Amino acid sequence: MTAAIAVDRLGVIFDRFHALKGVSLDVQPGESFGLVGESGSGKSTLLRAIAGLAPVASGSITVNGKKLGTRREKAFYREVQMVFQDPYGSLHPRQTVDRLLQEPLAIHGFADGEKRIQRALDEVGLGNGFRFRYSHQLSGGQRQRVAIARALILEPSILLLDEPTSALDASVQAEVLNLLEEVRRRRKLTFLMVSHDLAIITHMCGRLMVMQSGEAVENLSADDLVERRVTKDYTRNLLRASDGFVRA
Amino acid sequence: MSADAIQTRRDWLLSERPASRMQARLGRAYVAWRRFSANRLAFLGLLIIIALLVVAATAGVLAPYSPTFGDLKGSRLLAPSAEHWFGTDDLGRDILSRILYGSRWTLYVVILVAIIAAPIGLLVGTVAGYAGGWTDAILMRITDIFLAFPKLILALAFVAALGPGIENAVLAIAITSWPPYARIARAETLTVRNSDYIKAVQLMGASPFRIVLRHIMPLCISSLIIRVTLDMAGIILTAAGLGFLGLGAQPPLPEWGTMIASGRRFVLDQWWVAGAPGFAILIVSLGFNLLGDGLRDALDPRSGDQ
Amino acid sequence: MSTLLDVEDLRVTFPTRTGLVEAVRGVTFSLGRERLGIVGESGSGKSQTGRAIMGLTPPQARISANKLAFDGIDLLSVSPRERRALRGKRIAMILQDPKYSLDPVMSIGRQIVETLRTHEKVGKAEARDRALAMLEAVQIRDPARVFDLHPHEVSGGMGQRAMIAMMLIAGPEMMIADEPTSALDVTVQLDVLGILDRLVSERGMGLIFISHDLRLVSSFCDRVIVMYAGKVVEQLKASELGRAQHPYTRGLLNCMPKIGADRHPLPVLDRKPEWAA
Repeated sequence: MTAAIAVDRLGVIFDRFHALKGVSLDVQPGESFGLVGESGSGKSTLLRAIAGLAPVASGSITVNGKKLGTRREKAFYREVQMVFQDPYGSLHPRQTVDRLLQEPLAIHGFADGEKRIQRALDEVGLGNGFRFRYSHQLSGGQRQRVAIARALILEPSILLLDEPTSALDASVQAEVLNLLEEVRRRRKLTFLMVSHDLAIITHMCGRLMVMQSGEAVENLSADDLVERRVTKDYTRNLLRASDGFVRA
Repeated sequence: MSADAIQTRRDWLLSERPASRMQARLGRAYVAWRRFSANRLAFLGLLIIIALLVVAATAGVLAPYSPTFGDLKGSRLLAPSAEHWFGTDDLGRDILSRILYGSRWTLYVVILVAIIAAPIGLLVGTVAGYAGGWTDAILMRITDIFLAFPKLILALAFVAALGPGIENAVLAIAITSWPPYARIARAETLTVRNSDYIKAVQLMGASPFRIVLRHIMPLCISSLIIRVTLDMAGIILTAAGLGFLGLGAQPPLPEWGTMIASGRRFVLDQWWVAGAPGFAILIVSLGFNLLGDGLRDALDPRSGDQ
Repeated sequence: MSTLLDVEDLRVTFPTRTGLVEAVRGVTFSLGRERLGIVGESGSGKSQTGRAIMGLTPPQARISANKLAFDGIDLLSVSPRERRALRGKRIAMILQDPKYSLDPVMSIGRQIVETLRTHEKVGKAEARDRALAMLEAVQIRDPARVFDLHPHEVSGGMGQRAMIAMMLIAGPEMMIADEPTSALDVTVQLDVLGILDRLVSERGMGLIFISHDLRLVSSFCDRVIVMYAGKVVEQLKASELGRAQHPYTRGLLNCMPKIGADRHPLPVLDRKPEWAA
């Protein structure tokens, strides 16, 4: 079986800063894979490099068996979509939900726009009442639902998730995580999800990679993490930190 | 209309759940309008501009005399009176009539300059800001060259090369007024080009052209409208200045600047000949400035979207 | 336990275009020399409560309370000058992001020295020594070097430590920390909390710890206040969080993913209108 995403010794350099130093990764179709690390670990950069938003200096990325060049073709975006971290920054401030969802359909020349928009809104649990609102008329959770609808409307097979719930309240986070799991099951999607929160990653993903300063620390399964079968100190530290504060 | 009907209409406009594209758009416009009309001075500015439009449209009906032919024998340089409200000039023409007709030329200049200069500035600024690199460097250096000269001097040079006349004056003013718009558009573009919502559009496979045209330009337009409105007064004054120097509208065209120029010879004894068009320029410039200030409060994206 | 802060029926009201909005609606609690957590989601009024105590409420808002007293001083009736003198000297506040609360054009050391010298009459050399000692107390390894650095030259965790040093230099008796570690990485978060914890217990300060993270707060504080829609829905000992009564508190605890708990889908919070009533 060809991997959904295969990343081979990928290097990313921003103005002489090595954000990624030869990271390799394989994600199988239908799998949910997590990337964990602290700020500066390069986890978001890896996601953005796959999406074509970061300058690749070395190595290669293969998606569904096709090797990607520096320029992404239009067809690529029907395979891979992304949900951003900040729901307040990822929706255009002057466009209604309707307009936001219409844009990808117009770019890819879909004729049945009406129906698709309705379906996408229903799927993320928003319904028609939200269709003509502007983003400032929506709460954080509603915005993130719109962003998910926008990513799904082109029917991609791979979804890149960049800390999709870290800007949300805990109760809203649960709703959005449930929604993501549901659409993954229904559409048999492949997830590549970035988070700093080990609990979220073990909840959402089967396998994960721990990253630190642009390099892979170790690859684990979610079960390894639950059973605390980790080999590296860095991972152990992260695990301890996620248990909360312990008075010395 | 009953109070209830007004109330339901307002509710419809301010609905949190608009049911159609149209309702959402009208609702947004209504919120901006409410913010705008709460500002009394801005409202006054709007009234002045509306009055200008009405006068320009109906000058033929409003004007009591011909703007170009006067009674040379009996009515040269008459002081303001019941017959000639603003007096007459040295060729016996009724100044009120000339001012009323002159409003057409003022509007002509202002509108033409705005529709030539604003789109050029918007295009140059957004393309430079979004493309970056060499494109940005070249476009912005050209802009800098235009900005390096005083506006009126540059306009004078253009008119001198193109020949005097109101069309050439418009062209010269337009050529000299786009660079600031390009700067504004570029600055706005730079603040939004790295935002996630522009990245999201890139991730849909949109072409750079589409991103600039459909996603970046709409964000720059409100600050541009504000700036253009505030510049209107300056444009009128530049046009009047060119007219005054004999390089803009040519007599007998009743353009306000030209009128002041021809009245300057009698400014001490027959002050109304130059004073009346001067006052007209003052009022209209004030109107545009007040309107621009009000628009800034109503449209400014930084003042929040509520 | 002596009471440091007494709050009774605190209300903060903001005028908006559509009428008055009450951000805080009758909050009552008292603070001794202990660690008190205030937990709630965005819009619960937790931050506005902290700001009202600190006197940092925006000027257009109205504050009312039956009682808002710090160590017997009525905070609502003191003059702005006395209030300023209290702030920093006896009451300190740490905000979420050190990037926005440190002056970007002044070195960290100078900011700490200035803070000290506005509240106490000390010589330059002594102020410098005390600032260096304070930087050491917040576990900055090379205080002499950090002293001369500007805020943009240090990491988030270091910046927050410097912020804590600056806030503690005048020896306040009460500290309000509004999401002090939310912008930090998890491992750094624990270091900073450890420092805060040690300083608070060593100096016998009262601490109000405002956060959205119920689990973090309960592992750090002695007592927790849970806020919802501007009201306190529950007050309890942190150790008894597992026995929380209010459905909101329980829902909040429940809906977070936990390592090892295999719950698909996650339980979600079913908000009842009567909670806000």
